[in-house]
Amino acid sequence: MVSASQDGKLLVWDTFTGNKLVAVPLKSAWVMSVAFAPSANLVASGGLDNICTVYNIKAASPKTLRELDAHTGYLSCCRFLSDSEILTASGDTTCVLWDLETGKQKMVYTNHIGDCMSLALSPDMNMFISGACDSLAKLWDLREGTCKQTFSGHTSDINAISFFPSGNAIITGSDDCSCKMYDLRSDQEVTDYTDATLNAGVTSLALSNSGRLIFAGYDDFNCHIWDSLKGEKVGVLSGHDNRVSCTGVPADGMGVCTGSWDSFLKLWN
Amino acid sequence: MTINTLAKGGLHREQMSCFRKMEKVIVAMQDPDMGMKMRNQRLLITVIPHAMTGQDVITWLIQKYHISEEEALHLGEMLVRYGYIYPLKEPRCLVLRPDESPYRFQTPYFWTSTRWPATELDYAIHLAKKNIRKQGELMEYEKERYSQLHKRINHTWDFVVMQAREQLRASKQRRKADRIVLECQEQAYWLINRPPPGVQNMLDWALERPNNFSTQVPLNSDYYKSEIETSRRALGRNRVKSSVCLEGFIKYSEQYQNHDPIMQGCLPSNPWISDDIAYWTMNSEIVPVPTRLRVERWSFRFMELLSDAMGRREFMTYLEKEFSAENLHFWQACEEIRHGESSKIVEKVEDVYKNFLAPGAARWVNIDSKTMDKTLEGIKWPHRFVMDDAQMHIYFLMKKDSYPRYLKSDLYKNMLAKAVVPQETKKSVFPFMRRQRHSSPSPAQASAQAAEEDGRAGTNSAAGSHF
Repeated sequence: MVSASQDGKLLVWDTFTGNKLVAVPLKSAWVMSVAFAPSANLVASGGLDNICTVYNIKAASPKTLRELDAHTGYLSCCRFLSDSEILTASGDTTCVLWDLETGKQKMVYTNHIGDCMSLALSPDMNMFISGACDSLAKLWDLREGTCKQTFSGHTSDINAISFFPSGNAIITGSDDCSCKMYDLRSDQEVTDYTDATLNAGVTSLALSNSGRLIFAGYDDFNCHIWDSLKGEKVGVLSGHDNRVSCTGVPADGMGVCTGSWDSFLKLWN
Repeated sequence: MTINTLAKGGLHREQMSCFRKMEKVIVAMQDPDMGMKMRNQRLLITVIPHAMTGQDVITWLIQKYHISEEEALHLGEMLVRYGYIYPLKEPRCLVLRPDESPYRFQTPYFWTSTRWPATELDYAIHLAKKNIRKQGELMEYEKERYSQLHKRINHTWDFVVMQAREQLRASKQRRKADRIVLECQEQAYWLINRPPPGVQNMLDWALERPNNFSTQVPLNSDYYKSEIETSRRALGRNRVKSSVCLEGFIKYSEQYQNHDPIMQGCLPSNPWISDDIAYWTMNSEIVPVPTRLRVERWSFRFMELLSDAMGRREFMTYLEKEFSAENLHFWQACEEIRHGESSKIVEKVEDVYKNFLAPGAARWVNIDSKTMDKTLEGIKWPHRFVMDDAQMHIYFLMKKDSYPRYLKSDLYKNMLAKAVVPQETKKSVFPFMRRQRHSSPSPAQASAQAAEEDGRAGTNSAAGSHF
C-alpha cells in the first residue's frame, strides 16, 4: 500500500506486517493524491504544486523518475495504466494522459467546467471516468480523447468516482452527502444512496470485488457501507477521530482500508 | 474546490453537532448532584478550587455511560483535545492521563463553539499581552507568528496594543487566584485554536464549499449551443433498457458473490484475521494446482481467462491441440505493443508483421481482408494502437469459437476436478492473541521522525482494535 500525508512524506507499506518499506520525502508537502503502478515498480504523487512526480521505488533508494509539469492547477488524482502511461486529473479542469518515457502529454481531455477531483479507469482500460466540481461525471475514450457520455444529477462537487467491477456502471460520491450509481449503457442514473440522517459530504469510495458493497468515507468521521443493489445502508466503520479522506479495497478484495485526517490508516475486515 | 470565504457564523455541519454533543457531556459532568467531585489544586500558597483528576473523569464517564475503560479513555481524550477540559500540570500536552494529574473545565466563554472562528485580532491581542507580561520572552513560534500578525494587521496595531494594555490593567485588579485561572483558560484556548507547529490541529477542516456553481457558468449562447450539441449526441446514442442493465448488475454480483472475500469469507482463512498466509500462497500467480474458485472464474468471462497467467497457459495448451495457438500468440503480442514502452513500438510492430501478418508467415492469423488491408496501411506509420482492429477481430474469434469449446473440453473439466478446495483452518482452541498493532520504525533516519514515531506508536495502540 502507498500513502502520502501532508507532513511531506510518501510511505510504501507492507500492510500485512505493518512495516514501512520505503519512505520518500516529497518536495512539496501539499500532496493530494498518490498512485501505485500495477507492476509495483513505480509510485506517483502530486498536489498543490501542480506537478505529478513519479518515483521508482524498486531502486536501491527511491529515485524521481519523472516530473510531469504542464498542469496549471493542482493535481487532484493520478492513476497508472502501465509502467509507461499515467492519467492525471487536475484543478485546471483537464485530465491528461502522459507518456512516462518522454515525459510529455499524449492526450488532453478537456470538457469539464469545474476542477476535476477524481478519476477511475475502466476494467478494460479503454475508457475512464472523471468527476468534477461542476457536479458532472464524464466518460472519456482514452484513445480518441473525446467525452463520450456525461452524467448529471448531483448538486455539488463530485469528490469520488469508481467503476462497478463489470465495467457497465459507475458510482459517484459528492459533497451533497449522497452517492449515485449511473448506468453506462442506458445512460442514466439508476440508484441514489442517500440517508436523511447523513449530513456530511462523501470524500471517497471503494467497491468490494463483487460490486455488492460500497464503502464510502464521509466527513462525519465514519465510513458507511451501502448495499449497491438494494440501495440501503448496511453498516458503518467508526473509529476515526477526524474526517475520512480516502478509502480503498485491495485487488484480492480482502478488506477495506480507510485513511483519515487524524493521521491514521486503518484496515478493516 | 470552489473556495469561498467563510461567512461569519457559517454552518459547519458535522463538527458543530459534535461540539454540541461534547458540551452536553461537559454540562452533565458539572452538574452539582450527579456530576463530578471537585477537588482543590494547590499552587504554592494559592488554592484554586474546581479541579479534578484524570482518573475521576474516566470513572465518571464509565459510570454514567456504561462504557469500557478503553472507550472512556478515548472519549476523555477527545474532550481534552477539543479544549473542553484542560490539564493543569503540563498545559501543552493535551492528553488525558488516567491518574492523579489535575484537570479543569474550560469556561463556556472560551469554548470553541462560542467564539467561532478564533480571529486574528484576538490572537494578536493575546500575544501582545503575553509579550508585555513576559517582557519579550515568547516561544520561538509565538515570536514568528507575532511578527507575521504585525505585518498583516498593521493598520489596527495601535488598537491591538491598546486592548492588550487595557486587559492587563483590568486583570491586575483581580484576585491572584482568579488571575491565574483566567490565564490558564486563555492559554488553553489558544493552544487549541492556534496549535504550536508539529501538533495536529484538531480544528482543521477544509474551507466551506457552498454549492453555487451555477453562478459561475456564464449562461450565454455558447453554453446553450454546447448543451444542445450534447443532448443531440445523447439522443443519437444506442441505449439499453435500464431494467436489462439492472438485471445485469444483479447477475454479476450474484455470480461473483462467492468470490468476494468480504461477502463470503475465504478459505482456508482470511490472512488478516488468522495471520496465516496460506490463502495468498495458494492463489499466487503460478501454482501447481489452482483453487477451484479460480478455475470457476475462467468460465465467467473470456477476459477473466486471459488476464490470469495460469488460465492463459491452459488455454494455450488447448489451442495447440486445435492448431489455432497462433491466435493467442498474436493477441499477446498486440497487448505488448499497446502497453509496452514507446521506444520499442516500431520494432515490435515489425516483429508482429513478420510473424503473423505477412503472406506466408510462420504463424499466419486469419483476419478478414478489410481489417488486413487497414492494418497493413497503418503499419507504414506504426503507433501504439495500430494493431487494435486486428487484435479485436482475433479476440472475438477466440471468444466466439475456441473459448466455448474450451469450456466444454476435457482439459478444462479435468482442471476443474483437480482444482483444490482448501479446508477451512480450525480456529485455535484458545482465544487467539491479537497481533501487536504498533508502527514499525520508519526507514527515514531523521531524529525528529523517530520522536514522532514514538508518539504515534503510543496513541495507535490505544485507538487500535477494530477487527
